[in-house]
Amino acid sequence: MGTGHAHRLYRHGHSPVHGLPPHTKLAAAFAFVVVVVSTPREAMWAFGLYAVLLAAVAYAARVPASFLLKRLLIEVPFVAFAVLMPFVAEGERVGVLGMSLSVNGLWGAWNVLAKGTLGVAASVLLASTTELRALLLGLQRLRLPPLLVQIASFMIRYGDVIADEMRRMRIARESRGFEARGVRHWGVLAKSAGALFIRSYERGERVHLAMVSRGYAGSMPVIDEVTASRAQWSYALALPGAALVVCLLGWTL
Amino acid sequence: MTDPATGPVTGPVTGPVGDPVSDVPASLDVSGLAFAYPDGHQALFGVDFSVARGERVALLGPNGAGKTTLVLHLNGILTGGTGTVAVAGLPVDRRNMAEVRRRVGIVFQDPDDQLFMPTVREDVAFGPAAAGVKGAELEARVDRALELVGMADFKDRPPHHLSFGQRRRVAVATVLAMEPEILVLDEPSSNLDPASRRELADILRALDVTVLMVTHDLPYALELCSRALILSDGVIAADGPTAHLLADDELMRAHRLELPFGFDPRSVPARG
Repeated sequence: MGTGHAHRLYRHGHSPVHGLPPHTKLAAAFAFVVVVVSTPREAMWAFGLYAVLLAAVAYAARVPASFLLKRLLIEVPFVAFAVLMPFVAEGERVGVLGMSLSVNGLWGAWNVLAKGTLGVAASVLLASTTELRALLLGLQRLRLPPLLVQIASFMIRYGDVIADEMRRMRIARESRGFEARGVRHWGVLAKSAGALFIRSYERGERVHLAMVSRGYAGSMPVIDEVTASRAQWSYALALPGAALVVCLLGWTL
Repeated sequence: MTDPATGPVTGPVTGPVGDPVSDVPASLDVSGLAFAYPDGHQALFGVDFSVARGERVALLGPNGAGKTTLVLHLNGILTGGTGTVAVAGLPVDRRNMAEVRRRVGIVFQDPDDQLFMPTVREDVAFGPAAAGVKGAELEARVDRALELVGMADFKDRPPHHLSFGQRRRVAVATVLAMEPEILVLDEPSSNLDPASRRELADILRALDVTVLMVTHDLPYALELCSRALILSDGVIAADGPTAHLLADDELMRAHRLELPFGFDPRSVPARG
């Protein structure tokens, strides 16, 4: 059994950022993203300052730039269409390297690219300094609906179990000489997916039985109460606070 | 249990086995239990038995005998048939459900079903926390339960990073943390390698708790339980010293129970 890709995002460490309570970090990252998104796209210098702020956080968290940049690649498929915008958007056009590009499209692409990258970078920093389990505790503390937290928590617990089941089914298929080689074999794969769904569903019922047997009555008991001091909150909120100042300057200048 | 053959098997059981304390209610008292599933399939046809406090009893029976159905009645997951179940004198009904579930600790067959929390510690804490235990008392319960199964060093590990035998032991700890009156084990030795199987036996033998063990593993039943019940076609077909039941070829054949090749229960030395 593998350790599961879900845990690879985390980078073990003992920096001050690692030590912050998870809910303060979640709140800070969310507030930062909101501030970045509400910055006018024309204030290009503001985005540069945001990047500097994030770099400072990464430095404090001792997350190396190479690690951060590699994780940022996740963004590529999502911003691919931003690259198309200058070509397809309407309105005033400018010539760049012999191509006729839309000014509006260029601004749009820049807007998506800059804000997207900053948002992803903030999330990557959050994920690499906070364990998944702690993130769940943080979400619980921030009063996310308990059902959502439970679903996420079971996803983490059973992701590996189901992946392992999937692997065993594939080995069983291949051991009987099956190899997916094209559209004609999709039916078999679909049936495997169906079987996996039913197995997981049945496992869910058994897990529920085990939970009820131990006194589960609809809500998860609180085992770890996460708390944060005023100092920890102010430390965590320094990032969105500084970003807010930049944002306000962006609107007024 | 006056038969001399059971004497040595009972051996050095910890706990008050055989104590002539008659005012202690039986850990488990099942009487006239009958149950049919909504689809009409009747699984139990009037089951009667009782397990005294501190006893270790094996529940044997072929596939489809109704063992799982019976187990799910013990903590009130299944109800609605006729008959009664009482745990240490407390009847299993809607009003007592929370207390009944604390008193009856069921260890299910697949530890992946039983261990559903992100870490071992949280999983063991789940039962007591659901019952309202908090803080230092909760930590102490978790530590004690993990200590009993020899898994104290694995507290902060995620369950899926443990070996199967370790997961089974943690599953036992999750119920022990609830300080149950009776431990109900569903196929405790299934999928264990011989060493893990023996380790689990040592742990179970050392526990001071009533045990009902549902199993196909007849040598394991003989090793751990001085008394056995045979559930067959929804009724208790036999109840007596394990060594006697296993040695009764006719009885065994009649209920589709088979000993492993070469295993002779008469030749098993008493555990000392």
